[in-house]
Amino acid sequence: MPHWLQLMLDSLGPLLLAGLKFTIPLTLLSFAFGLTLGLVVALIRLFGPRPLAALVRFYVWVFRGTPLLVQLFLIFYGLPSVGIVLDAFPAALIGFTLNIGAYSSEIVRAAISSIAKGQWEASFSIGMTWTQTMRRTILPQASRVAVPPLSNTFIALVKDTSLAAAITVPELFQAAQRIVATTYEPLILYVEAALIYLVMSSVLSSLQARLEKRLNRYGGFMEARA
Amino acid sequence: MIELSHIEKRFGDNLVLNDISLGFREGSVTALVGPSGGGKSTLLRCINLLEIPTTGRVQVGETALEFAPDVKPAASAIQSLRRQTGMVFQNFQLFPHRTAIENVMESLVVVLRQPKEQARAHAMALLEKVGMAHKADAWPATLSGGQQQRVAIARALAPSPRVLLCDEPTSALDPELAGEVVEVLSQLAREGTTMVIATHDLRLASTTAEEAIFLEAGVVVEKGPARKLFSAPERERTKRFVATLVQSRGEQAGSGI
Repeated sequence: MPHWLQLMLDSLGPLLLAGLKFTIPLTLLSFAFGLTLGLVVALIRLFGPRPLAALVRFYVWVFRGTPLLVQLFLIFYGLPSVGIVLDAFPAALIGFTLNIGAYSSEIVRAAISSIAKGQWEASFSIGMTWTQTMRRTILPQASRVAVPPLSNTFIALVKDTSLAAAITVPELFQAAQRIVATTYEPLILYVEAALIYLVMSSVLSSLQARLEKRLNRYGGFMEARA
Repeated sequence: MIELSHIEKRFGDNLVLNDISLGFREGSVTALVGPSGGGKSTLLRCINLLEIPTTGRVQVGETALEFAPDVKPAASAIQSLRRQTGMVFQNFQLFPHRTAIENVMESLVVVLRQPKEQARAHAMALLEKVGMAHKADAWPATLSGGQQQRVAIARALAPSPRVLLCDEPTSALDPELAGEVVEVLSQLAREGTTMVIATHDLRLASTTAEEAIFLEAGVVVEKGPARKLFSAPERERTKRFVATLVQSRGEQAGSGI
């Protein structure tokens, strides 16, 4: 067996373990929290009282306008100066959640705005309340619009979790770095790490395709080419 | 049964309805006619409060609501008045993510909290009434315009409203498809459904309505029995407008459609 293959096989275990213990939980949790935050922010921006809407606009502006890596450093290395000390994983989780919240709020806002006013009126006309209309008429249709861009965000997030290595989260990329430090084989190890990220994003892409197909089942849209 | 008293509606400085007072009897069918922008739609939408009148009073059945500028009525008050009404829209506005029967069931399940089976049975009966039972499980996108509008009529009737408001129900349809919808609406009229219909469609107005109201620039120019208003209107303005309706109908017939 060639040396590079042997090395890849030997390091596969530790890399997958790091992915399983840190990369995947960090991705799933921060996407779930971030999307929830994004929905709340979008609703406030569209329907909330003006001062609150201005506040969440400020939040979106800051978190979209500054580098994710800087945000993570601020939370993990910066906040202790004001007495807020967080472990690496929660610090990363907070950073990614706030970042995803900002980006997804814009997607959700656009998706909700894309639903015709007539759909609100039709719902009101049969006696539905605002909340019922939102839940049963608007969000299901908006989700069809939002899934492709949200999938983009999700896939970007999987890869961006590698930034957590910089604030000492022992995730997949950091595991690779650690093996490089002892084997001096950066090319092999980083190619291997890249391949694992590629597999994860491919799984997400295929999930996206299935979800889109399901959301498009009621028709009336351009058929996507396979 | 419906009482509108001194309704005024402004959009900014634009006065769209100017001191409108009208009554609609239970079981009556009234056609609202008049040029586009004359206030027909707005008047209909003031009855189910999709537009909130600037001033005036709206009563449907026993439920009444008074309006004043800058006073926002409570959502629950709007809700209870609105639930006495059903509405049919010009461009159908079916819920595209629900099948035909799910569209009709929606108010029964969500608003009236009926059990699913009961709602389904009621919805099926309504789809039969509008001749759409065979398409109960179809997605709206697969239906013709006339079929969509018939499902939309069934949806509007589902919660058993006291009045059916129709906003240009045939305007988005070619004459043949419009015919299906006219047929359904005139059947409802014969059964005694109270309806207010804003329309340019003389065939619809003359086959369903016994009362007609000519509305222009936010005021009632003329009202009376539909037959009289369409054949021998009193006002010069009404005469000219009805003439254009008759002419456009003649053109459609002449083109062989």
